[in-house]
Amino acid sequence: MAYPIKNFWRILVGDSSREEKASVPVVGEGQSRGIEIGFEFPVEDPIVAYFQSAPGAVEVDKINLDSPALLTLKQAGVKLVVPLISQGELIGLLNLGDRLSEQDYSVDDQRLLNNLASQAAPAVRVAQLVRQQQIEVRERERLEQELRVARIIQETLLPKSVPEVQGWRADAYWQPARAVGGDFYDFIYLPDGRLGIVIGDVTDKGVPAALVMATTRSILRSTTERVSAPGKVLERLNNLLVADIPRNMFVTCLYVVLDTSNGRLHYANAGHNLPFRSGDGGVDELRATGMPLGLMPDMDYEECEAQLAEGDTLLLYSDGIVEAHNPQRQMFSFDRLRSILQVHPGGATLVEFLLAELADFTGDDWEQEDDVTFVTLERDRQDNRSIPVSKIAKEPEIKEGQEEEQEWKVLKEFQLPSQVGMEREAMDLVAEAISGLNLSVDQFNRMLTAVAEATMNAIEHGNHFDSEIPVQIRVLVKEDSLCVKIRDQGGGQIVPEKEAPDIEAKLTGAQSPRGWGLFLIKNMVDQMEIISDETHHTVALFLNLRGGQDAS
Amino acid sequence: MPVKQLEANLRHEPDLAIIELHGEIDGFAEEALDKAYLEAESKQPKTILLNFTDVNYINSTGIALIVSLLAKARKEHRRLAISNLSDHYKEIFQITRLADFMTIFPDEPTAREALMNLD
Repeated sequence: MAYPIKNFWRILVGDSSREEKASVPVVGEGQSRGIEIGFEFPVEDPIVAYFQSAPGAVEVDKINLDSPALLTLKQAGVKLVVPLISQGELIGLLNLGDRLSEQDYSVDDQRLLNNLASQAAPAVRVAQLVRQQQIEVRERERLEQELRVARIIQETLLPKSVPEVQGWRADAYWQPARAVGGDFYDFIYLPDGRLGIVIGDVTDKGVPAALVMATTRSILRSTTERVSAPGKVLERLNNLLVADIPRNMFVTCLYVVLDTSNGRLHYANAGHNLPFRSGDGGVDELRATGMPLGLMPDMDYEECEAQLAEGDTLLLYSDGIVEAHNPQRQMFSFDRLRSILQVHPGGATLVEFLLAELADFTGDDWEQEDDVTFVTLERDRQDNRSIPVSKIAKEPEIKEGQEEEQEWKVLKEFQLPSQVGMEREAMDLVAEAISGLNLSVDQFNRMLTAVAEATMNAIEHGNHFDSEIPVQIRVLVKEDSLCVKIRDQGGGQIVPEKEAPDIEAKLTGAQSPRGWGLFLIKNMVDQMEIISDETHHTVALFLNLRGGQDAS
Repeated sequence: MPVKQLEANLRHEPDLAIIELHGEIDGFAEEALDKAYLEAESKQPKTILLNFTDVNYINSTGIALIVSLLAKARKEHRRLAISNLSDHYKEIFQITRLADFMTIFPDEPTAREALMNLD
């Protein structure tokens, strides 16, 4: 009889401690040393076909083939091979060395071995399949885990927040089609105080694109520390990328430098989608020519200039939106994007609006085809901005004090505790004071609403509902003007930049439903002025008594 | 100063719920207004009409409450309409552009008739 075969099962079906080595595992048994062989037969070796069609146990010495594998078997001391066949497929070999008795294997031995092989083969096959599946599951889990980590790492390469610059509103959206992607955007605060805005798109998706994206972003960032002209930045970026980027991959990239003090843009474009500018002047594209990055060295990038006027919005975007398809296989298209910009007023709700339009177009069952990225940048209109404190302090259009008020006649002067609801009292007292003036019903009501709102602000933001601190109100009149001054002790505070209320944004949830106070005040009176010093904050409301905004 | 709490009376008609408001629409009105709106919604009317006949004060907080109701109504594809609003507050609804998103009717009968023709 043969020796029991050492590690028989482990070799046939593998174990968790090592990679699966052989598609056709070979087990061997040495005469006295228990030789173990395990290697992969090349499929083209003639011995594979020979074993595949063999009716049962084969004596190695009797095989006459030009086969490297046969030589290996002989060198290992294998005398008898029993092919393990399952469903017509060779799945392993039972290899036996010399018999202990040094006799040849008998016909009975061979019959026994053939029986054993026919029983064992299906069992081995099942074990192999189970093991293969376990390996695949583990591999998939490992890949998924790696991708989750990759996603987190890639997100750290994107800006954590959008820039907050007075008079500007920026917004961004990034959604790769897979766990990671080749799209990117960036905001770079340049040493000269200007703001760099980048959007880029690496060909392909997934991990390869993400790796190139990370490289591109790093090189771009370090380049902008030394070079400021957008065309030169892209030129240098291209030359550095060409050396490293895999063949057949390239990067489109748009680099815009914005002077936030005057809305001046300098930009260069390496084959990226042209950005849209929308505003009172309609919708147009900002053109600049240049080859995508990473294709050829020493390329020139045209540098262009443009202006963002007040109320203008700049939209940078990647292919993901314009090349999205609906169930009828129509493309979203540049034209559709342009028409959206023509109807949308721009600003804070644009990104959300675009996403809603995209969702409408593609339908619920859309599997995102490509990475989708937007960056929007809107320049506020001047009249929507509250005046910064420093500016108010420098320009006291009306002075607190007797000198200035000499020509004003004080109609009423009172103070109220800073409690919720006290604005109603203020309205009643001011109404009493101004009822003798020749105001229209509209003017009268508008002034009272403005007084109520300004008093509410004083109670809440100036005096923080502290009932010990009064709100002081003075009603003044002169020949052609009515003035109501509402004073709190909120001087020396930073007045937060208020977002202009936008009903559409409020209805979609993009803005809080609140925030109407200052807007109402400005719209109710002919003029509003704010005086702020170290301790006090005063709002002065003016109505023209003759030929005002509404003489009805 | 005594605070005059908002009173909101609800009436159901076919396809229409009418909330008649008495008092002031400010921060104190939130509970009464939301409660009335929720009850109005329960019968799934096509339109909810806010009748401002006895409202003499709406402040910016009140405007915010109405914006919230409007956002809710729009999400549920329900029409929100207004009636009996004074000229001054009509102007405020126009300035805030609330008037672009909800029809303002002079009174209930006009609203009822117009809504019937709409549906």
